[in-house]
Amino acid sequence: MSNAQPRMIEVRQNILKHNDQVARDLRRRFHDAGVYVVSLVSSPGSGKTAFLEKTLTTLHATHRVAALVGDLATENDAVRLARSQAPVKQIVTGTVCHLEAAMVEKALEEWKLEDLDFLFLENVGNLVCPSSYDLGEDLRLVLLSVTEGEDKPLKYPTIFNTADVAIITKSDLAAAVEFDAAAAEANIQRVRPGMQMMTVSSKTGAGMPEWIASLIAKAGQRSSKEVSPV
Amino acid sequence: MHELSIALSIVDVAEEEMRKNGGTQVTAVHLKLGVLSGVVREALLSAYGLATEGTALAGSSLVIEDLPVIAHCAKCDAPRAINSIDWFICPECQSPISDVLQGREMQVVAMEIQ
Repeated sequence: MSNAQPRMIEVRQNILKHNDQVARDLRRRFHDAGVYVVSLVSSPGSGKTAFLEKTLTTLHATHRVAALVGDLATENDAVRLARSQAPVKQIVTGTVCHLEAAMVEKALEEWKLEDLDFLFLENVGNLVCPSSYDLGEDLRLVLLSVTEGEDKPLKYPTIFNTADVAIITKSDLAAAVEFDAAAAEANIQRVRPGMQMMTVSSKTGAGMPEWIASLIAKAGQRSSKEVSPV
Repeated sequence: MHELSIALSIVDVAEEEMRKNGGTQVTAVHLKLGVLSGVVREALLSAYGLATEGTALAGSSLVIEDLPVIAHCAKCDAPRAINSIDWFICPECQSPISDVLQGREMQVVAMEIQ
């Protein structure tokens, strides 16, 4: 039996310091290799995979693209995305409801980052858990489909607040579900003032050229920042 | 529900700090948790018991201090606490504010060890 009295020690450690460290290493590797990395988060069924397939297919014509897709089970999404001709790998997370930086690092082991211009990380469909984990990405997209309801941003403010761009998907269904675009956009701005918003339909292709142009411009801005001497 | 993953990370961090300080058992862990951290306090408290079982933290208490969101208001040129995370608005001048200074933290700040 120890006689030691409990004593208080001061600590200052991030709980996710391991994830943050791996994410920092990944971010440095991505920058060094010149690959621009985009992650996608949304609830299940909001059209992430269709949007990503369209994005990969379009970008594939002019750029070297690849994707990692996270799901609790099945390789269905990777099979779907492979139709775009881009290299795609599934990360089956098992019971884990989000991607972590170490999973991304492991999945990338056999890939040469220097051979890529864009890498997409499709997170597990979940509007809560992915918000806490940095994956080393340059840009985080949050997707909201017109069928989900305009108040989703108010119910899940954290995920909107930690993302950079909001993509409103399935715009071809907007009229059928009486989607109130102005209300949805106002709610996004309420939880993340100044957030960039884009509206797309992966089915008809509406809004896709604007999205692709915006993405290429963002990647270009980053690389010009890198080459300019500090 | 990623609170079990978070709780397991707390065990890793706490055991490492305990060893560094020459302890063999942790009796309490004190956290600072930002309201924008994406972690639900109640879910974390219930996951904690499970995550600490069979570790040096078994039976320890978890003390959580919630950190409100503080953002910089460009119009007032001052830090302001946000009343609710579903509306990023300055409580003084009502203008939208987005420059978050505090609220995403997930930190172990102190521990009781023996």
